[in-house]
Amino acid sequence: MSEPLSASVRLDIIRHKGRPTALDYIPMIFDEFFEMHGDRLYGDDRAIIGGVASFKGTPVTVIAEVKGRDLEENQKCNFGMPHPEGYRKALRLAHQAEKFHRPVICLVDTPGAYPGVEAEKRGQGEAIARNIMEFMTLKTPVISIILGEGGSGGALALAVCDELAMLENSLYSVISPKGFASILWKDASREREACDIMKITAEDLVRLNVCDRIIPEADGGAHNDPNQTADNISAFISESLQNLQIKFQKGLDEMINSRYNKFRVVGDFDEFPHSDTQPEETKAENIQ
Amino acid sequence: MQFDEFFSVVRERLGSDKGDDSSKKKTDIPAGLLFKCPRCRSVTFIEEFTRNGKVCPSCNYHSRLSARERLKITADDGSFREFDRKMISKNPIDFPGYDKKQQELREKTGLNDAVLTGRAKIHGEDLVLIVMDSNYMMASMGSVVGERITRAIEYATEKKLPVVAFTASGGARMQEGIVSLMQMAKTSGAVARHNEAGGLYISVMTDPTTGGVTASFASLGDIIIAEPKVLIGFAGRRVIEGTIKQKLPDDFQSAEFMLENGFVDMIVERTKMRRVLAHLIRLHRMPEIKEGDDNE
Ligand SMILES: [Zn+2]
Repeated sequence: MSEPLSASVRLDIIRHKGRPTALDYIPMIFDEFFEMHGDRLYGDDRAIIGGVASFKGTPVTVIAEVKGRDLEENQKCNFGMPHPEGYRKALRLAHQAEKFHRPVICLVDTPGAYPGVEAEKRGQGEAIARNIMEFMTLKTPVISIILGEGGSGGALALAVCDELAMLENSLYSVISPKGFASILWKDASREREACDIMKITAEDLVRLNVCDRIIPEADGGAHNDPNQTADNISAFISESLQNLQIKFQKGLDEMINSRYNKFRVVGDFDEFPHSDTQPEETKAENIQ
Repeated sequence: MQFDEFFSVVRERLGSDKGDDSSKKKTDIPAGLLFKCPRCRSVTFIEEFTRNGKVCPSCNYHSRLSARERLKITADDGSFREFDRKMISKNPIDFPGYDKKQQELREKTGLNDAVLTGRAKIHGEDLVLIVMDSNYMMASMGSVVGERITRAIEYATEKKLPVVAFTASGGARMQEGIVSLMQMAKTSGAVARHNEAGGLYISVMTDPTTGGVTASFASLGDIIIAEPKVLIGFAGRRVIEGTIKQKLPDDFQSAEFMLENGFVDMIVERTKMRRVLAHLIRLHRMPEIKEGDDNE
């Protein structure tokens, strides 16, 4: 690999019509995928699919955000923008995985959670919050892989995990570049410019301690060779499951603590003059 | 697109964040003397509005308070002891102008970021208080907000104290990029641990509670209280209107809307908040917490 591509060039790659989606990858990576439907509370969201599968003989739970490959598919899966029932289905399946001691593999690919009236009525914020909280203490290994777009809280709801990997050209951001441009500069057309200053590529996120591994894509992007990219994803999952198995054997508490710490350490701040002491004794001050 | 125009939406609805709001210039009375209610659009003299505890006299909309104002009407006099006061944010994605903006805001607001955390008492009940302040970058959640809240909850878990969080936020702090998003995981993780230790966490949603804060610790209280008429939601109103191509009713994403849809336990008026919180804490008090009482 030569010079890494810029985020805006990668935006073009992940928007390529032929970019493989979770629907393409699942049959290439897993055997015997049985899809399970519904959150048992409201309905079945087609923007998130999930079920039980076998990964090289190991039972796993697969949960994936789905982008359509054409308009018809996109209408079904709402362009990969989940409603609360999608997140609640994901959580239901994650708890099922916990019960049967099988790892959870999340495939993340969404512009963000759907901003709609019904989504608000059914508690989009609560659904995302609950997933984040409950995945944090889920008593089974969790691996998340960003396939294309990792948009905001809608992505994070499936990305609280023990190991986070990103496909080489995928982007993971706090807000879509378009949203970023329209808020900060009041000009949505400056999307590409936003893209390049937001630090949202896999390399950026490795530097920021958010992403653990970068999975190589076929030359020029996953669409050029979906099979090869799927093989690379499989190789990552194999290795990661092995690592997590070792961690898991050391004890559940240790695994869950290290998942907590993975997120706990992210932040960039200064404390002055010193702060290596208990807050109560030295830093508490009466301001009234 | 989920957080698109979040800040501008919130600003527009509250009508007080931008100094050069052109609608205000049309009135004869200087804008600074009037409060225009974002819920019922009635106009009140600031003096009367302030005397009324920053509550709209026409519709009972509970307007925003600074963190210090909130502390003053919430904690027992002199009981608040602040944590992590000296913590300030760096610039994780080297966003142009972010350092300068922060420095200006620190000077202007006297705050080191958008949240105050600390130990306090309410009617003698010990607790950890988290109070967000929308005067500081719309109380968006960056590293300092996330870290202070996480530490405060961890402290409460360790000392077996209840946590009360007054939430207010425009959502993520975009200038901190992905690091801002990770604060949602951090704070929610701290709530998860507090839960596992059997600790009480009461979330009080104030105006406005939106975006990434709604989609993390604000929505995770054992008990969720809201002030009347405040804005609570995930996606921005204008984004949703853009999606559905029609205007939304005024009470969309209000405290009452959230109550009706089952996402808020109760709506409590500002004047009754202290009493309600103290009662709820008493009802959840366990023997261990009594022992944790320290006499100051
Ligand atoms: Zn009013």
